[in-house]
Amino acid sequence: MFVSSFTLGIVAPGLPDWSSARPVLRAEEPYLASPLKTRPPAALTPNERRRATLATRLALDAAQQATAGADLNPSTLPSVFASADGDMSLIDSMCREIYQQHLPPSPTVFQNSVHNAVAGYWSIAEGCQRPSNSVAAGDGSFAAGLLEAATQVAVCREPVLLVAFDLPAPALLHSHRPFTCAFACAIVLTPDRRSTDQLMLDLTLCDHPDPKALTRMQDPELEAMRTGNPAARALPLLAAIAAERPTLIRLPYWPDLRLDARLHPGQDRRPEEVR
Amino acid sequence: MHIAPARIRAHSVTTALGHGCTPHLRALREMRSGLRRAAMDEVPAASWVGIVDGVDAVSLPDDLIEFDCRNNRLAELALAGDDFAEQVIAARHRWGATRIGLFLGTSTSGIRHTEQCYKRHFEKATPGLGDALRFNQTHAYNALVDYCRRRLGLHGPALVISTACSSGAKTFAAAHRALAAGFCDAAVVGGVDSLCATTLTGFHALGLLSPFPCTPWDEGRCGISIGEGAAFALLDMETQQDTGQDDGNGLTLLGYGESNDAYHITAPHPEGAGAVLAMRAALDSAGLTAGDIDYVNLHATGTHANDQSEDTAVHAVFGTAPSASATKGYTGHTLGAAGAVEAILCLLCLRAGLIPGTINTTTVDPALSTPVIVNSRAQPISRVLTNSFGFAGNNCALVLGRA
Repeated sequence: MFVSSFTLGIVAPGLPDWSSARPVLRAEEPYLASPLKTRPPAALTPNERRRATLATRLALDAAQQATAGADLNPSTLPSVFASADGDMSLIDSMCREIYQQHLPPSPTVFQNSVHNAVAGYWSIAEGCQRPSNSVAAGDGSFAAGLLEAATQVAVCREPVLLVAFDLPAPALLHSHRPFTCAFACAIVLTPDRRSTDQLMLDLTLCDHPDPKALTRMQDPELEAMRTGNPAARALPLLAAIAAERPTLIRLPYWPDLRLDARLHPGQDRRPEEVR
Repeated sequence: MHIAPARIRAHSVTTALGHGCTPHLRALREMRSGLRRAAMDEVPAASWVGIVDGVDAVSLPDDLIEFDCRNNRLAELALAGDDFAEQVIAARHRWGATRIGLFLGTSTSGIRHTEQCYKRHFEKATPGLGDALRFNQTHAYNALVDYCRRRLGLHGPALVISTACSSGAKTFAAAHRALAAGFCDAAVVGGVDSLCATTLTGFHALGLLSPFPCTPWDEGRCGISIGEGAAFALLDMETQQDTGQDDGNGLTLLGYGESNDAYHITAPHPEGAGAVLAMRAALDSAGLTAGDIDYVNLHATGTHANDQSEDTAVHAVFGTAPSASATKGYTGHTLGAAGAVEAILCLLCLRAGLIPGTINTTTVDPALSTPVIVNSRAQPISRVLTNSFGFAGNNCALVLGRA
């Protein structure tokens, strides 16, 4: 399968947006760790913006960067939101309300606790009625989301927005699911290249993979970020796209199934362009 | 976009109506509800639930015991029912374990297990939530797919779809795309959600739990009854010409349509705008028009706003008189499983020639223009549309048929 044309978004500690992350991922500038900076989702109503969870702020920020770069109307894009564990702070909050305070959960917390609340806020912010999927596959959630988004691009022949996010759990859950930092990224995948110098992405599933063969980050801090958050498993692919060089990225999906993403220059001339 | 039909080779369902397809068809025919009064400590209000009998007695296979939690036990009941697991294993031998995809819906996975760890922590002052939490095998969304993947011996692409109450329906759409793109030759789809305190108390906090068994489309409806359930189906794209034989089942996924309301995080769009888009997309993908549909299985949760919104949408798509009914009075609203549960109920009705009555509903709301069928009746049907709409405005409609 082939998909092409990427515009990206990212929000992570030290990687506040794509334009500042790009030279770092191209190894032209050093990675400098710094606290996470988040921007409120400007497109939501003031009331929704004020109550937006960290998951919503991160995911909508990344999605907004990617769609702005794609020069596409966000309301026309189907979307896939991938997150291994959604917003664990809301689960913790509901369980504390029920078992510590013996109260029913707050309606706002309850309604935000569904995995697809983040996708719902994106659709409301952008007035987007196109289909949206919210998916999870543990530490392989980014690969699962990429495969679902690319499958939609291939089958429906239209651009699709992929967003991946995961964030650390609160204290009681943290030791059971220890993420080292928050991370969100977004990619717009399109079926056709806009120019022939644009790389194409070819996805294949590889069974019986060598677990040591996954693509890693060279910078130790970025590699720690990659392994410390399921959404950050995207980093090697983001770095390869930033570098604009043909390469093969091996992404974790299941322990017995790897997703290989090959970036390549494609054919110089496509049949329809020859005509 | 027109799609090629996918064959439904096997299916299984477990809800408050019983284990497997047979008790479900009998209950739909005889109009017997599975709802009973809720008896969960954490639930303060009078409410009715569709609880599955026998979940506590289910044992997972020894090598998968770390996955033990109510949600995976419920999955196990449905996998073991209707010879479903055996038929997946036969498909595995035919296609190969890496060529069968797994797409399952859930809204809360094994959160009931996490709730019990929090309860123990606060009531008995235990340090932390304890090793028994086994987060990745119980609580995580992925726990459901990981359990089923191991249980069925599958090694293909696999993921959870969690779009609240449309999750189970959307697995059919995602699987169809993966089949069409060639990432797998067959796919197991479905949904599993189990009763838990966060959901029951959360809906109570929103004022949406009915104090009596839910009465969708009724003039006096006032909320939902929550149920638990598990449902699975096995799909492939092989045609009769490919196999040279008719498997005698003839059940097919003919179309799917998905959309967002882009309106409100919990309230449905008042005119059902997103629901209209989903139903029309499902009909288009099947190459059908509204007049080709013999029966509409409504989402019909029983809240005032949901039913009102869906009625407006169904009227916009189908006009005045499609044969339509609601089945949540039988099973309760099984949330992330509902789309899959109701797809399987539709398959049972297609095979049996049955339109299920809208149980518990006595006085159809005169303000609603879709005249739901109140009493079950025998009637041959060959194409049905089933609706599933979820929190955050996520909609999915499926068109199912019988050759």
